[in-house]
Amino acid sequence: MTAFLVVLVIILFGVAVWQMNRIFQMARVKPTGFSEIASAKDNNINGYLMMGFVIFMYVLAFASFALWSDVLLPESASEHGVGTDNLMLVSMIIIFVVGILTQWLLHYFAFVYRGNIVRRATFFADNDKLEFIWTIIPVIVLAGLIIYGLFTWTDIMNVSEDDDPLVVELYAQQFNWRARYSGEDNTLGEANVRLIEGVNQLGVDAADPNGKDDKIVTELHLPVGRKVLFKMRSQDVLHSAYMPFFRAQMNCVPGMITQFAFTPTITTEEMRRNDKIVEKVRHINELRTAKSKELAAAGEAPLDSYEFDYLLICNKICGSSHYNMQMKIVVESEEEYQAWLKTQPTLAEQLSNEN
Amino acid sequence: MSAHAAQVHAVDDHHDDGHGHHHKETFITKYIFSQDHKMISKQYLITGLFMGIIGILMSLLFRLQLAWPDHKFTIFEIFLGKWAPDGVMDPSIYLALVTIHGTIMVFFVLTAGLSGTFSNLLIPLQIGARDMASGFLNMVSYWLFFLSSVVMLFSLFVEAGPASAGWTIYPPLSALPQAIPGSGAGMTLWLSSIAIFIASSLLGSLNYIVTVINLRTKGMSMTRLPLTIWAFFVTAIIGVVSFPVLFSAALMLIMDRSFGTSFFLSDIYIAGEVLHHQGGSPVLFEHLFWFLGHPEVYIVILPAMGIVSEIMATNSRKPIFGYRAMVASILAIAFLSTIVWGHHMFISGMNPFLGSVFTFTTLLIAIPSAVKAFNWITTLWKGNLQMNPAMLFSIAFVSTFITGGLTGIILGDSALDINVHDTYFVVAHFHLVMGISALYGLLAGVYHWFPKMFQGRMMNKNLGYVHFWVTAIGAYGIFFPMHFVGMAGLPRRYYTNTNFPYFDDLANINVVMTIFAIITIAVQVVFLYNFFSSIFYGKRGPKNPWNATTLEWTTELKHIHGNWEGAIPHVYRWSYDYSKLNKDETDYVIPGQDFIPQNIPLQDNEDEMDH
Repeated sequence: MTAFLVVLVIILFGVAVWQMNRIFQMARVKPTGFSEIASAKDNNINGYLMMGFVIFMYVLAFASFALWSDVLLPESASEHGVGTDNLMLVSMIIIFVVGILTQWLLHYFAFVYRGNIVRRATFFADNDKLEFIWTIIPVIVLAGLIIYGLFTWTDIMNVSEDDDPLVVELYAQQFNWRARYSGEDNTLGEANVRLIEGVNQLGVDAADPNGKDDKIVTELHLPVGRKVLFKMRSQDVLHSAYMPFFRAQMNCVPGMITQFAFTPTITTEEMRRNDKIVEKVRHINELRTAKSKELAAAGEAPLDSYEFDYLLICNKICGSSHYNMQMKIVVESEEEYQAWLKTQPTLAEQLSNEN
Repeated sequence: MSAHAAQVHAVDDHHDDGHGHHHKETFITKYIFSQDHKMISKQYLITGLFMGIIGILMSLLFRLQLAWPDHKFTIFEIFLGKWAPDGVMDPSIYLALVTIHGTIMVFFVLTAGLSGTFSNLLIPLQIGARDMASGFLNMVSYWLFFLSSVVMLFSLFVEAGPASAGWTIYPPLSALPQAIPGSGAGMTLWLSSIAIFIASSLLGSLNYIVTVINLRTKGMSMTRLPLTIWAFFVTAIIGVVSFPVLFSAALMLIMDRSFGTSFFLSDIYIAGEVLHHQGGSPVLFEHLFWFLGHPEVYIVILPAMGIVSEIMATNSRKPIFGYRAMVASILAIAFLSTIVWGHHMFISGMNPFLGSVFTFTTLLIAIPSAVKAFNWITTLWKGNLQMNPAMLFSIAFVSTFITGGLTGIILGDSALDINVHDTYFVVAHFHLVMGISALYGLLAGVYHWFPKMFQGRMMNKNLGYVHFWVTAIGAYGIFFPMHFVGMAGLPRRYYTNTNFPYFDDLANINVVMTIFAIITIAVQVVFLYNFFSSIFYGKRGPKNPWNATTLEWTTELKHIHGNWEGAIPHVYRWSYDYSKLNKDETDYVIPGQDFIPQNIPLQDNEDEMDH
């Protein structure tokens, strides 16, 4: 596929350059006026090329969708994400309609009004009515989008205590993630980097009773259908906790606690059975098998086959290994989650083991 | 020009404003420490192009890395030396490359190279002034820019590598050498370079503002200014308002780095020890940075808008449509540009309510932008379009500005920004709307005013066409598919995405983008050849090759200090009297000539228009 695309692009470019060269050579035969100023012939050719260009843009957009719409994220695995995706769809439709129309007008006018010797341009300097129309239409459309957007935003960012969210800390450091569950009391113990010592890698205050039942893990498990409130900390530089499948992201800032909340709605198992994901995983494994063959031929270890998992990835430049700072997220049923949580030691247990 | 015009020209009767004495110029005062705005403009352009070549070649290196992450490239070894042993790029030098690429392109090419070149060239010539208000400060401004470029380039050669915290240099990453090697001497030099750059920019901007306010020729009221001058004028004002804030941010960062203060740092545990810093906030830095950073993108795009408006009207043989609305939208954009910075920080941890406010102001800025786009399109309508290379780049500017601007509606919406923030969607958006668009403005300006810069010599038109069409196709070929990579959820500034099998299917897109990038970069060689060979061998064209109305075309081909040999021309009309008909609508006002230069008095056979 890659090789095919490469060859296709190169051939198309070659043809385009060759054709343009021919056109310009023909245009050079009979120059009228000064040779470095566009002649009637230049106007004509470039006018047609403008038309060609807008068609190129449409083809490029169409081809991109045809070839690559399968790389886009699957349906949202969180409750608020459905709303975000709707807003995205509405915005995209507006953008595409406006884009297609204005690009067409721009290039079509460039084609139709390409200069020639007899044409006389119209002295058209002002028209208040027209300008009013194209001021007021964007105003109305944008007002709609702003209101829609702000409602969506406020819904996402306002976390009510009544929802009784599960409180989990996401802790970022160069270049890995950890999560701290707040335990039975659903309250995180106080923490500060100045308290980091030995096994207490997150600097939890041992004197704070809320911290005793906290559980620190390296893989994030979430029960489906329950709101999770993430409290985020970073111990060194800025990081960003990006969970694309849940349409969730928040920066982790040293010196302050940031937060983001969402309700996961689709378990990992369900998502693995999603048609789009099944097809995507099949495609990726095809690519990986092909790649493994190449590696094997070069005497290197083959790639593992891939199975879908939700991911938390770092999305704020944080240092040399920024490109590999990730944590697996598992969304599962309440029972599975509780069973998993039970196997994790509390901070108090960890600390006493150390002593 | 007709005898008619020559006759009217004789009306100019005011004296030479004391610039008649021509003192002898040495090589040094003429070409190096020149105080002449035309020479300074050329110095800005050549320096900007040189920096541009470096910035764009850096992008070539990291595009190769992204498309073929496990391939070994000899070219890496050649350019990166110890940073690419056996042709494998080091991850931290990848970050250095994207950092310096961004810095160079934003500040050195699109701020100094674009605004510096054309503000200097056009402000005195188009308003009818002998030179800038202060030739000396203007010279100092260029040489500070030169110095800052040298410091920036020097930083590429320090032991631990150049700055690599991203062009936004967010602390703590940029403050702590323990966090990334580039935050040592490399970052110190980066900050010094930018501090010098800001001084240069401020001297230049103050000069532009004073010149536009005070040195307009008789009759050149503000409402008769060409849109280029309006754009440069407002750009300079935004620069004066916002650059000092970046300077203070840089200063505070220097203090945090070297003198133990805690403006931006707090609660940090790194490399096995706790730092003493307490109470600072990186979010404060983000506010300060983007208070410049966002106006900065308008500092980049407004001059391009002015240039495009001017070139489009001239080559359409029509007045720019809605002159007053164009001026009003420049002012509106300038005002709004200073109150939207928070849209870079929706998920920085600042109060979500603040996010709502910034969503509101950000989406408002789409209104003046839409008005501008529609006015440009209407300027083409019923025109007589002269497809000179400058015109083609201007049309392409409107195209990329629309495409890139529309995706801004998504990024400016805080709820949607959550999931595309810092992904390749953003990279695609700003490259189209400010990178490519502003470069098109720069290139359009070079093609259009080349004869004015190099004494009547013109660039080769056919090479210009090849350059244009390949660039136009290539630019979309690079950045349109990039939106898909972003919407797939891939973060920017990743050295490779091979650690995420989920992103394996993006390999094709990366290859396609890189091939388009290689082709687009390659065709810039055509431009460079055309540019440099035309300086020496370009054919000399007529005095006013594009039949334009503005004053710069009334000067002689040969450059003289003071611009006009005799008296400065007076101005009697706005700069857009193209294809204006006489009262009976039988012919143009000046028979057989479809334009009326600004220095021609109102004729008996025309109506005075109130624009």
